[in-house]
Amino acid sequence: MKPAEAEAVPNLAIDPFDKVFLGDPYAYHDMIREAGPVVWLDSVGAFAMARYEEVKDSLRDHETFCSSRGVGTLDFAKETPFRPPSLLLEADPPLHDRTRSMMNRIVSLKALKELRPRWQAKAEELVDRLVERRRFDAVKDLSEIFPMMIFPDTIGLRDDGREHLLDYATIVFNAFGPDNDVLREGNEGKEAAIEWVAEACKRDNLKEGGWGMAVFEAADRGECTHEEAERLVRSFLSAGVDTTVNGIGHMVLALAGHPEEYQKLRSNPSLVRRAFEESLRWDSTVQTFFRTTTKRVEVGGAEIPEGQKVLLFLAAANRDPLHWDEPDAFRIERNTSGHVGFGFGIHQCLGQMVARLEGELIGTAIAERVASIRLTGAPVRRLNNTLHAIDSVPVEVEPA
Amino acid sequence: MGTINVTLRDGTEQSVEAAGGSSVMEAIRDAGIDELLALCGGCCSCATCHVHVAGEWFDKLSAMSEDEDDLLESSDHRTLQSRLSCQIAYTDALDGLQLAIAPED
Repeated sequence: MKPAEAEAVPNLAIDPFDKVFLGDPYAYHDMIREAGPVVWLDSVGAFAMARYEEVKDSLRDHETFCSSRGVGTLDFAKETPFRPPSLLLEADPPLHDRTRSMMNRIVSLKALKELRPRWQAKAEELVDRLVERRRFDAVKDLSEIFPMMIFPDTIGLRDDGREHLLDYATIVFNAFGPDNDVLREGNEGKEAAIEWVAEACKRDNLKEGGWGMAVFEAADRGECTHEEAERLVRSFLSAGVDTTVNGIGHMVLALAGHPEEYQKLRSNPSLVRRAFEESLRWDSTVQTFFRTTTKRVEVGGAEIPEGQKVLLFLAAANRDPLHWDEPDAFRIERNTSGHVGFGFGIHQCLGQMVARLEGELIGTAIAERVASIRLTGAPVRRLNNTLHAIDSVPVEVEPA
Repeated sequence: MGTINVTLRDGTEQSVEAAGGSSVMEAIRDAGIDELLALCGGCCSCATCHVHVAGEWFDKLSAMSEDEDDLLESSDHRTLQSRLSCQIAYTDALDGLQLAIAPED
């Protein structure tokens, strides 16, 4: 139902989940940002924000803009989601604080430091093979391959059926949007992934020494229940693969499209962390998330009543000219601190340092081996309600 | 408003202005000192805003959370003076704060 307050803000006749919008969301972000700090979208029946300050402040104010009523179009207070809510993404404090600090201790910088040499060897081995071929697809042959070489083993997943992980992510990230054509066509034939994931999260199916088993061991110590452990392991599987697949894909796409920036990385490989970060700002894999208001709130002069869904355009915030200098330019030396590509505040991505390490290792392996990268065809998008996903980036590289 | 005295990695010193309501990381970052990566933007998630706080100032800071302690634990450059600057809220009591940006891990 449209609240009276919605009449007082600009009403935009766009559907941010239709195929045209999702195919090129950046073509619409100016219009949403320029309309005002808060707008109303009839197509989704929700308020929306796309400017940096308001998006960041809303993410930070998790008491007013809660997550436990779902971070998609569904209001869990009124409707039942397709799976039990995430104990991280779709939870508020105090529950969220308990589960998040427990998971932080598993996905720790210390753990990543130990994994680093092994992951680095795999990144180098993969990029060596691709450089020898010279022509390859930076998605199919690289960004979809590398996370699968390391992440399922880190979790300790069973060996059979791992290909379901990408299908599962498609379903999960489509589910934050409406039940539309993108969701139906995207999810078609992938339903088996839901059952596979449910099984894969069970203790009996997890290997000793992995992060999945570590969650169950925390449950043994009384840090969470065993039922919660299963659902927390599921969060690794939902969020840990497709996000990094697209993050790495976008980094290569950005570098291939900006040869002068790639040359800066070549001459100074220590810029690699900045380059990955800038690619996340410039083309954010997770484009949007919703929040639900727990009370009446004023934002930029607009009133939003209690119980309203608010769509936050993270990717638009990351290119807001009120905050960023030349926001549409991809510049690897830029200070991107404060970008909201991983979200912001208490729900900021649990696996962000996993993603950063993957990006850094692939970026370094390329910079050390490749003199130049060029696109040999048009990149192909894979439509998803939440992810700006990429299906193909054909490239040719010149060995260094 | 007050001042934070920052020693950069190359040993040069720079003073930056700070105001209540922001973190020490934000004051350093927004002054354009970009060797402080502060990748996560201040959410206590990345440990790339690591600083060494001068002895006499360290005890004036609010206590460290378990999350901050865990993040610092991974650093090769942790000392008894180590803090994540995003976790230090600037107040007038910190006017004149002395710190050095820790080496990059």
